[in-house]
Amino acid sequence: MKISYSKQDRYVYTGLRFFSLVVVCLLIAIIFQLFKASKLAFDEFGLSFVLSDFWNPVEDEFGALAFIYGTVITSLLSLLLAGPVSIFVAIFINEFLPKKLASILGVFVELIAAIPSIVFGLWGLYYLAPFVKNYISPFLKKYLGFIPLFQGTSFGIGILTASLILAIMIIPTITSVCREVFRSIPNLRKEAALGLGATKYEMVKLAIINPSFSGIMGALVLGLGRALGETMAVAMVIGNNPVISTSLFSSGATMASVMANEYAEADSELHLSALCYIGLLLFVVTFIVNLFARTIVWNNSRKSRS
Amino acid sequence: MKSLLILSLLGFSINCFAVLKINGAGASFPYAIYSKWISEYSKVNKDIQINYQSIGSGGGIRQLIKETVDFAATDAPMKKKDKKKAKWPVLHIPTVLGAVVVAYNGDSIGKDLKISGSVLADIFLGKITKWNDKAIKGLNPKRNLPDQEILVVRRADSSGTTSVFSSYLSDVSQEWKSKIGAGKSLRWPTGIGAKGNEGVTALVKQTEYAIGYIDLAHAMKNNIYTVSLKNKDGKFVKASVETISSSAKSYQASADDFTASLINKEGSDSYPISAFTYFLLPIKEKDSKLSEIHNFFNWSLSDGQKYAKDLYYAPLPKNVADKVLKKIKGL
Repeated sequence: MKISYSKQDRYVYTGLRFFSLVVVCLLIAIIFQLFKASKLAFDEFGLSFVLSDFWNPVEDEFGALAFIYGTVITSLLSLLLAGPVSIFVAIFINEFLPKKLASILGVFVELIAAIPSIVFGLWGLYYLAPFVKNYISPFLKKYLGFIPLFQGTSFGIGILTASLILAIMIIPTITSVCREVFRSIPNLRKEAALGLGATKYEMVKLAIINPSFSGIMGALVLGLGRALGETMAVAMVIGNNPVISTSLFSSGATMASVMANEYAEADSELHLSALCYIGLLLFVVTFIVNLFARTIVWNNSRKSRS
Repeated sequence: MKSLLILSLLGFSINCFAVLKINGAGASFPYAIYSKWISEYSKVNKDIQINYQSIGSGGGIRQLIKETVDFAATDAPMKKKDKKKAKWPVLHIPTVLGAVVVAYNGDSIGKDLKISGSVLADIFLGKITKWNDKAIKGLNPKRNLPDQEILVVRRADSSGTTSVFSSYLSDVSQEWKSKIGAGKSLRWPTGIGAKGNEGVTALVKQTEYAIGYIDLAHAMKNNIYTVSLKNKDGKFVKASVETISSSAKSYQASADDFTASLINKEGSDSYPISAFTYFLLPIKEKDSKLSEIHNFFNWSLSDGQKYAKDLYYAPLPKNVADKVLKKIKGL
């Protein structure tokens, strides 16, 4: 069984093409199914579904705005918290730690990604939520209470706690991608910067962070993608209340969490369909966010090339 | 080598023929007792292998309609719409009773708080917001109640527990009935949503001034403060296996239907938020599989009932069980 050299390439090409097509077909099939399943709700509510925050399964009235708001706000907040931390951790591990220690710490960070989200959820419910209620919220209220974001009563469960959990969950993703990006910078440039008399801080700024802007953006997008879709951990600590509130202490609900919460026991067709509609919207939101981040990356790489 | 393979294949296929597999799916609330029944029944009758998946009442009904399972289980009776979709008429068979317990954080309130149905509805409507409200004080005159906001904790996921609880509130409060209604998931006027009975239990236990509703098993196992609820006869009753069973004592089943509500029933020691949980059995031509299912249900309603109490489910009162058994026999 020896394949001739001339055919080898062709077989590999056909095989690879097949597998990439499978991925594309899967995606199309999922979108198609979502469309089909959400048709009933789409016919009933149309686009006003996106603009209404009224969600009442008893009366079969549905609107997704509160869930879209919850998803976007928790994801962005978690990115805001996790982004800087992850970038600093990546720089610290790569540039400041001795090689052996670096690889050990690297493994530790990556192990966070291996913890199942239900464990994060339970930990959040039993330990983080009381901690937020007793320490973090009073602290924020005392010093930043004049901002509407930090007003109102905190029960420990809510948008802030959900964002904190999400931040912890996306740190390993962002950190490991950032580390790869930083590692791809040639040593020559770092040495050149140091040779020109740069301090270590200046070297990190000039030779590492500035040229890897698009890479860092890519890492952040990956992290954001995980935050947008995270379900179980969020559902356990967000309070699952479809309301739009300016306070971070208030409870909220995300698109993924409402699907997880209500799909299994939904018994009206319209309710099921509305949940699928939310799934479709989650898809759209993720797509828009990704597109937005990609544009930043493209613009930047074009700028740096010219 | 080859003969070994054939032999093992043969053995496997014989095994397949000998064991009859029965698939069921549905409610997660009675999962503990059903899995106990299944494991005990497999000791009695070794030729039957029953598999029950607790995917939720709604999922169980959908699978029964699609005929991917042999029987289903649900907490709330099937809706008319769903009944029409099924190919065969479906019989509701009550299996055990469950209850919804109102739990609260008693750190500064103390145990055995007394609550009436209308006060409970007002708390969950957000009309009574403080623990030292006149209405609560009136029911507990000797108690020193704190001047603190009540935190309402409720289920976030759709569940039979919510359905039973909201049916009760609709029964005792006209305002609840017209504004909110009953269902597995609601548009809640106040409070925060926790996931699952365990989520509500955790929140109520760790948050001072919280009140919520959970099933009896979670309340008993977690040693949480529970209220004494005023029943139809005006007595304050705590939820227990006995008081729940007692609410079904005067239960009048019509000839072929066991789906009448158990909410707020008469009887001085009846706990008002009690409910049956059901097996759903398609009524069709009897084959060997169906008669094995009948046998299993017969066993569950007679010998199986003694396992209920240890798992915090209330067994069916004898008169109800007899009626149901007679009905199954008549099929």
